[in-house]
Amino acid sequence: MSSALPVSVDGRPRPARRGLLGRSGAGDRALALVSLLVFLFLYLPLVVVVVYSFSAAEIAVWPIEGWTLDWYRELSRDKEIHEALQLSVIIGVVSASIAVVLGTLAALAIDRYEFPGKAALRFAVVLPITLPGIVTGVAMLSFFSVLTWPMSRWTLIIGHTTFCIALVLNTVVARLGQLPRNISEASADLGAPPWRTFWRVTFPLIRPAILAGAVLAFTLSFDEVIVSFFLQGREPTLPLLIWGRLRIGLSPEINATATVIVLVSLAAVLVSNRLSKQATLGG
Amino acid sequence: MAQALMTETPVRADAGRFGGTPSIELRDVSKFFGQVPAVSGISLEVRQGEFLTLLGPSGCGKTTTLRMIGGFELPSAGEIVIEGEAMGDRPPYRRPVNTVFQNYALFPHMTVGQNVSYGLEMTGVPKPERQRRVAEALDMVRLPHVENRKPAELSGGQQQRVALARALVNRPAVLLLDEPLGALDLKLRKTMQLELKQLNREVGATFVYVTHDQEEALTMSDRIAVMNEGRILQLGTPGDIYERPRTRFVADFIGQTNFLEVEVIGSDGAAVEVDLPGSGPLRARPPEGVPAQGTMTLAVRPEKISLMADLPGSEIPGWDRLSGRLEEIIYVGTYTQYVLRLPGGQELAVHRQNRAVGEGEHPMGETLTVVFNPQSAALLAD
Repeated sequence: MSSALPVSVDGRPRPARRGLLGRSGAGDRALALVSLLVFLFLYLPLVVVVVYSFSAAEIAVWPIEGWTLDWYRELSRDKEIHEALQLSVIIGVVSASIAVVLGTLAALAIDRYEFPGKAALRFAVVLPITLPGIVTGVAMLSFFSVLTWPMSRWTLIIGHTTFCIALVLNTVVARLGQLPRNISEASADLGAPPWRTFWRVTFPLIRPAILAGAVLAFTLSFDEVIVSFFLQGREPTLPLLIWGRLRIGLSPEINATATVIVLVSLAAVLVSNRLSKQATLGG
Repeated sequence: MAQALMTETPVRADAGRFGGTPSIELRDVSKFFGQVPAVSGISLEVRQGEFLTLLGPSGCGKTTTLRMIGGFELPSAGEIVIEGEAMGDRPPYRRPVNTVFQNYALFPHMTVGQNVSYGLEMTGVPKPERQRRVAEALDMVRLPHVENRKPAELSGGQQQRVALARALVNRPAVLLLDEPLGALDLKLRKTMQLELKQLNREVGATFVYVTHDQEEALTMSDRIAVMNEGRILQLGTPGDIYERPRTRFVADFIGQTNFLEVEVIGSDGAAVEVDLPGSGPLRARPPEGVPAQGTMTLAVRPEKISLMADLPGSEIPGWDRLSGRLEEIIYVGTYTQYVLRLPGGQELAVHRQNRAVGEGEHPMGETLTVVFNPQSAALLAD
């Protein structure tokens, strides 16, 4: 054995270091630089918002002259924002809940049965997430106008539910597809009628996927703008309120609001990721 | 192909073990998937406590038959009776059977103990008894101390045992096994075969076993039903099936067989005289169920044939004798396969036990004379 080989702590020879893509040196450094730029492009604006939410100045100035929590204090007293937040949460929770029930049932039907028009059904359910929001928004607005329904939180919930169902359906169908087919047969074989098989075997195994779908649905509903824009009643959702205020000018209080939203969204995405990982590992 | 032949051998060494009403009766059961027949009118009686194997190539209808007994598929026609009760369209959860599935189908989110006690819980067995029986069942399959583990933490063989325990803990009248050893390696499979056979004796339940592995079927079964194209071709003890195949398919599917086309010359009751083109007259065992006439197939297994050179003395009275040129030698470990080319152009495989190292070897091209007992040569209609 050549003594020139690098040797690790335990004395065994270590394979020579190889760069990403099998190259080394200049190529690696260029790749690292590009990656860094991409991440800066993605995340720098977020960092700016977070940083300025703590800036004492009313307008965005650089360098920052002083630090303050005033904007968070103001945010905590802003009734309008609280109401918008409350509405957004209600709409997100209700839409996600309806989507969980309908999406899970549709997923079970698609997984378990062969029926005519199955592919068409799947397509129809998933379509709303692929349609541009403006199409969904305009279509629903004119539909509700024909019905002469006034726009309200209910029209918002219906609008959001359409794309939320698709999210739940997709995650649950994927999970059902991973389950061994004969697992529910095994349950029946051991004396369990269908409903007990569902609650004891199927449901516990797809629960992480249902939760992941629900969290994802809530997150998307929470920051949805376009469909909401068409379907809102007199009270705005939080994203619409923020958008409305931005027309007057960027206020540091909005930065604070955005920071809070970023934190909450981040937490939700982490939870959702965690759950879908559990789902694929068989929890 | 062949008609279903289902008469049983009247004499059985262990006939006393089985008695009373049949455990399972299939009466002219058929199953169609759309227009495609999977099972075409099979009738079968499985005795109490019997180990019966459905053996056949994939697509022969054996798994569908098992699934109909379990209630996972309903017959398109015919009737299934279990323990004297017609099953009709009764769902799986109301049948006195339990199944060991092909890939075990253990519940991944439950512990081993929860898996095994699931069936007892469903039938409302009280908790203390449940715990006792779960421990017993795991003991029976020799898997103590794993109750609190998840199935994923066990090896394939251990999961297999859990699946067995989960089924047997319910003390079913009938245990259905759908190729349960398919995913295990050879050594483990052999061990499990013996254990399954033992369990069958111990618990007294009727076992219906599905496999495409002929050796597995021969090793474990009391009786084997050989299936092909949705029908039962032959039903009998492993010895019956192996030594007295009725059709070419059965002789070919189980073990290795030489098939020689012959013309029937005459019969003297004990044996039929036939002509093998190029080699002359031979004697063979009379066919079963069909008359000996016209062109038939002579089936003789390679291990029933001996090299003349290996036999002490020169002549064995009444044995059939053939000569051919040695064309191929395949060393298989316990035996060596010689392939002879007969004067009529036919091939004949002969297995010679490798009793002593380097003894009695023959070079390629040598003309060898071989002999076999006419009782080992079966005449088949097809």
